[in-house]
Amino acid sequence: MTAVVRPEAISAHPLAPSPYVVRRRTVETSDTTTLVLTPAKSALPPTHLPGQFNMVYLFGIGEAAISIAGDPLAPNEIVHTIRAAGKVTNALTQLEPGQTVGVRGPYGTGWPLVEAAGHDVVIVAGGLGLPPLRGVLHEIFTHRERYGRVEIIYGARSPKDLVYYSELQAWRARPDVRFQTTVDAAGRDWYGDVGLVTARIPDARFDPAHTVAFLCGPEIMMKLTAQALEARGIRDDAIWVSLERNMKCAIGLCGHCQFGPDFVCRDGPVFSYRDVRRLFGVREV
Amino acid sequence: MSSTPKRDTKLRLSEHKFFQGFQSPLVELFQKAAVEQTFAAGELLVREGDPADKFLLIFEGKVALEIATAEKPHLTIETIGAGDALGWSWLFPPQHWRLDGRALKETRALVLDATHLRSTLDAHPTDAYRFVLRLLPIIADRLENTRVQLLDIYGA
Repeated sequence: MTAVVRPEAISAHPLAPSPYVVRRRTVETSDTTTLVLTPAKSALPPTHLPGQFNMVYLFGIGEAAISIAGDPLAPNEIVHTIRAAGKVTNALTQLEPGQTVGVRGPYGTGWPLVEAAGHDVVIVAGGLGLPPLRGVLHEIFTHRERYGRVEIIYGARSPKDLVYYSELQAWRARPDVRFQTTVDAAGRDWYGDVGLVTARIPDARFDPAHTVAFLCGPEIMMKLTAQALEARGIRDDAIWVSLERNMKCAIGLCGHCQFGPDFVCRDGPVFSYRDVRRLFGVREV
Repeated sequence: MSSTPKRDTKLRLSEHKFFQGFQSPLVELFQKAAVEQTFAAGELLVREGDPADKFLLIFEGKVALEIATAEKPHLTIETIGAGDALGWSWLFPPQHWRLDGRALKETRALVLDATHLRSTLDAHPTDAYRFVLRLLPIIADRLENTRVQLLDIYGA
């Protein structure tokens, strides 16, 4: 089962943002910032599912699709972790508490946590692929008894590019999950792993026949990771990926985010790898 | 710091991932010549430029593979650990290490002398071919991984 947009969660006009106030700001890395938002006019933001995204609007500058990084079980706030990669996101990462942004959403499909229940779970995040999975981690940690073995592998460019650094320490210390962090390159002040996330798959502990995998990161990372998981015996319909495309309207109208026959904003961003794998090898899709 | 060689090893080559299922009298020949070594955290297992005179099979611990440039004197490009093999420079001329291998924590390995390895493999070409077929995927994996790392996929 794939989660879908709940109509009641969307603004009356599909393209009209609602005002939200920045409550807290955390600088994660040199180019990435986490913002905690609350509604300016209502008591609670719409509920969301891990994996969904919002369109975040900065008045006079523009709008960007940002994955929701918060805990679905903490419904009074919205968390977005944003990398400064363009005009809008540059400006968003500069916001200070008290400033206002427009938010519409949530949009898109969520991670199929219902399907994951009762199974081993493998979570592989690369770079800024961790924020869209953070809600999954909170769900699993809150309802740990619902899941089997949990393997979490997080890859980043370098140690200074790891986000949620203090949370990572807590997650790594948990005895009921195995959390591995690996970076592409490091100096001698790093005692963790160096190498691709795929290098951690052969030793990951799970029962391939009863495992659900969630992957989020650059497409080549997800493709190689999916191949490594298939080599371990996981079926392609038990592997889920979150795609990123140039989302503009977020409601399946404009076509900017078209990915083969699908619109990533409406039919994704979370897809079964079985459904999209044929397009992973197609150039310029 | 110095490693501690131990002839009466309890580590068995046949239990290492590299040799698992490798049915050949060579394994026992290699076992007899193998030396168990424990490397302390921070100790170099191999040093760039030194003669590549050994093949190491890691049973415990973690090793950083480092390259050095003027700007970055100790850049770790990969870490390896239990079940991994270290070193193929001993097989091909000029038989010098191309990088440093430094223990990140106490590391136990079986160390095979390269001269003995090469002469034994030369004398058993069929098994040597099978041996090389086990070594090549490691080289290919590291080459492919390095290519992907060069893409800087997590960069902005």
